[in-house]
Amino acid sequence: MSDDGVQLVTAAVSRRASPREEAVTGPAERRRRPRDDRRVAWLFLAPVLVGFAVFYGYPTVRGVWFSLTDYSLLNTPSFVGADNYSELVGDPQFWNSLKVTALYVVVNIGSQLLLGLGLAALMHRLTRSVVLRATLLVPWLVPNVTVGLLWAWLLDANLGFVNHLLHALGSGGVSFYSPGWAMPSVALVNTWAYTGYTALLLYAGMLQIPQHLYESAALDGAGELRMFRRVTLPLLRPILALVLVVSLIGSFQIFDTVAVVYQGKPTPETRVIYFYIYQQAFTYFHMGYAAAVAMVLVVILGVLTAVQLWLLRASRSDLA
Amino acid sequence: MRGNRFAPGRLVAWFVLGVAVLITVFPFYWMIRTAVTPSADLFTDAGSLWPHHPTLINFARVVGLVDAERARAAGGSGAHINFLWYTLNSIIYSGLIAVVQTFCCAMAGYAFARLRFPGRNAVFAVMVAALMVPPIFTLLPNFSLVKDLGLINTFAGMVAPSLLMTPFAVFFLRQFFLSIPRDVEEAALLDGAGRWGIFFRIVIPMSRGPLITIALTTTVWAWKDFLWPLLVGREEQTRVLTVALGVFLQQSPNTQPDWTGLMAGSVLSVVPVLILLIFLGKRLVQSLNFTGIK
Repeated sequence: MSDDGVQLVTAAVSRRASPREEAVTGPAERRRRPRDDRRVAWLFLAPVLVGFAVFYGYPTVRGVWFSLTDYSLLNTPSFVGADNYSELVGDPQFWNSLKVTALYVVVNIGSQLLLGLGLAALMHRLTRSVVLRATLLVPWLVPNVTVGLLWAWLLDANLGFVNHLLHALGSGGVSFYSPGWAMPSVALVNTWAYTGYTALLLYAGMLQIPQHLYESAALDGAGELRMFRRVTLPLLRPILALVLVVSLIGSFQIFDTVAVVYQGKPTPETRVIYFYIYQQAFTYFHMGYAAAVAMVLVVILGVLTAVQLWLLRASRSDLA
Repeated sequence: MRGNRFAPGRLVAWFVLGVAVLITVFPFYWMIRTAVTPSADLFTDAGSLWPHHPTLINFARVVGLVDAERARAAGGSGAHINFLWYTLNSIIYSGLIAVVQTFCCAMAGYAFARLRFPGRNAVFAVMVAALMVPPIFTLLPNFSLVKDLGLINTFAGMVAPSLLMTPFAVFFLRQFFLSIPRDVEEAALLDGAGRWGIFFRIVIPMSRGPLITIALTTTVWAWKDFLWPLLVGREEQTRVLTVALGVFLQQSPNTQPDWTGLMAGSVLSVVPVLILLIFLGKRLVQSLNFTGIK
């Protein structure tokens, strides 16, 4: 989802429907073939419209309705007004899930973005190798479930490779999935999985920066670090803002790695909001309540999206 | 001169990149290393970089080639598992979605980009707005719907929500179709070609790059998908790899998970995408430039 987001927004930046072009070709076209597209257009659209209506439109409306009902998947939903929402306000587990998710997002996005930026900058100044980029992309291609399992094994308290390494370095072992360590561990595992992808997006952004800026900076005697601060960072800002906010939105939706590592029974320290929704809906069959929590997530992500659009506009006018 | 001045810095930079590659690749090496180790060796030989008694027994038992007794002796739970079957299911699941979805979304994208009909912009705006809705929100009612239709544990139920479209694919392809020149199409129209002819004979061949990009992205997404297939296709006949790995972990004893078997199963979940990467790596990497920024 986060991936889609990045692509969506950046595609939107690059190519918005150009009103000028419409104005030029539109009227002429209409004169030549008055309205004969209508029938064929609905045929072209039919499969997508069906898919959209049944699996996006209808469930969105229904999700809002569920959140106002008492529904267990087995009964018919009965309207209870805002009861689910008032229950939610007084539910410590809900607030805990928000807190845990926020912590996860901060650790995951902070590390992922910093490392990704560093890697992208190094690649940008050193090499155009496709093999290198493909290699860094591998963790992103692998299912999150596999990533979760692999790292559960690498970080195993007794037999895991990382603890062997720590012992070999003369340090004590660490129970990475014990309460105190659990959330940073999960967050950093996902950082491992997504840093390469983030780096590649940022790298693609850096390729857009005109090469001659680096050449003239070098002529002025600027070192690499200075070029990074004075050329790369400022010109990358719009892309950076996009990647940041969109990864943030994706990061809020962490589920798979937690579900696998804790085999469906996460500790309070790792019960993220996605998991809480899942549990309410499919373990306790509180479908209505789960829909209410999901509504809160919709609102949070909506606010983040608004911030993202605002950043986008801000950064563009800044550069213009 | 400039090269000399930066030489030590460049060395450090290459070194850092090397470390990044090592951290990226080593976990996969360890996955394979564990998968070819007899489970008894995990305790005695856990830290060594090379397996001292390499074996294929773990692969044999996760694809169901070994009877329950021998599987138990090799560290398994003895429960029936067949990762080849799950791999096949994963390929069907992601392949079907990628092909049908790309085709349907290309048709719609073309309609939104080129055809004139009342309500075009409004319909398109509603679809783009759906991108803001997090998947879990529609997942709850969709599950309820698929259950009411009696499609739990069928492929139909599993692929249904994403088979025909995702708003993103429609959006992406529409943006691309907007950017290709109209001249060829206009000429074909004047020659009396219909919209279908233009779409199949001109637009699709011209758009191979973006179509492959969307199909690839969709394949990877469906290959990684976990929550929906877990809810809708948990049973043996429709179980995909990701779900199988989760179930496998649950069947294995909590005190000492069957790591060698789990890693053998994990290898199988990586190999197909690795093959994809080897054959289409360049396209995949460049698709990030293409979709990401350009």
